[in-house]
Amino acid sequence: MNLESIPLQAFLIVSSALFCIGIWGLLNSRNAVRVLMSIELMLNAVNINLMAFSSYIDNNLIQGQVFTIFVITVAAAEAAVGLAILLSLYRNRVTVDMESFNLLKW
Amino acid sequence: MSIAITTQFICFTVLSLVVIIGALGVVLLESIVYSAFLLGGVFMSVAGLYLLLNASFVAAAQVLVYVGAVNVLIIFAIMLVNKKEDLKPINDIKSRRIISTSICLTLLSLLIRVDLTNVWSLSSPQNSIGEESTIRIGEHLFSDYLLPFEVASVLLLMAMIGAIVLARRDVMSKDISTGLPVDQELIEKSSEPLLTNKN
Repeated sequence: MNLESIPLQAFLIVSSALFCIGIWGLLNSRNAVRVLMSIELMLNAVNINLMAFSSYIDNNLIQGQVFTIFVITVAAAEAAVGLAILLSLYRNRVTVDMESFNLLKW
Repeated sequence: MSIAITTQFICFTVLSLVVIIGALGVVLLESIVYSAFLLGGVFMSVAGLYLLLNASFVAAAQVLVYVGAVNVLIIFAIMLVNKKEDLKPINDIKSRRIISTSICLTLLSLLIRVDLTNVWSLSSPQNSIGEESTIRIGEHLFSDYLLPFEVASVLLLMAMIGAIVLARRDVMSKDISTGLPVDQELIEKSSEPLLTNKN
């Protein structure tokens, strides 16, 4: 299969757009679960970038795919711990509103 | 243009449209449950993009881990914390929205400019190992990436134990700031929340 047909830049633009949408959601969500979803979107954008580079620039050693596997592992661990923190916050505050988690505010 | 290339283009266009529109829906939709299911769609389309890049193993891992584990976990968390609540209005929400949107658009334009103007040193497609990528990933994981592979298993164990400790009910018997015993009920408690708002 010839990969020259789709340019590398197309994948990079898709991942840039996905990353920026993730940042926007991270900054603007009031719901803590949606913040975790935005983080997952950003991690996926990074993964698309790594995969595109690995198949267009490093298509013999494909180290980018190995990195993607590790990023997926870390993302799974992050989701588990993040949701556990969220449950414990909800138990103390009875809300998932990001604006009410201000104990560390100076 | 051959049929294969045209098919690739159509697949790429459809998948990237689903990714972008689904991600916009995840951050913009009012209902958090719809967001969670759209997130699953985004993950599936990203797996499709991986298939277009000749990476079947990573696509399978993406479907298994993200759609099968992370998305289900998020839906369970929504089920546990989904309570109708009236959010307090923020007084400067308008300016905050404007500033964050402009920051994101600036970052997007910067990234797209880098993507389009940089000269990427593409390698020739003759070297491509194509469908043998699974074998090559296995070789990497058991030779030069052996230490990160083992550390990842320790990381997963730590995350599992940490999640259990954090989500346990009797993790704190008394409140840190007030010293009063913490109500360990998960849902619909009638008493006032103990860590009350300071402002």
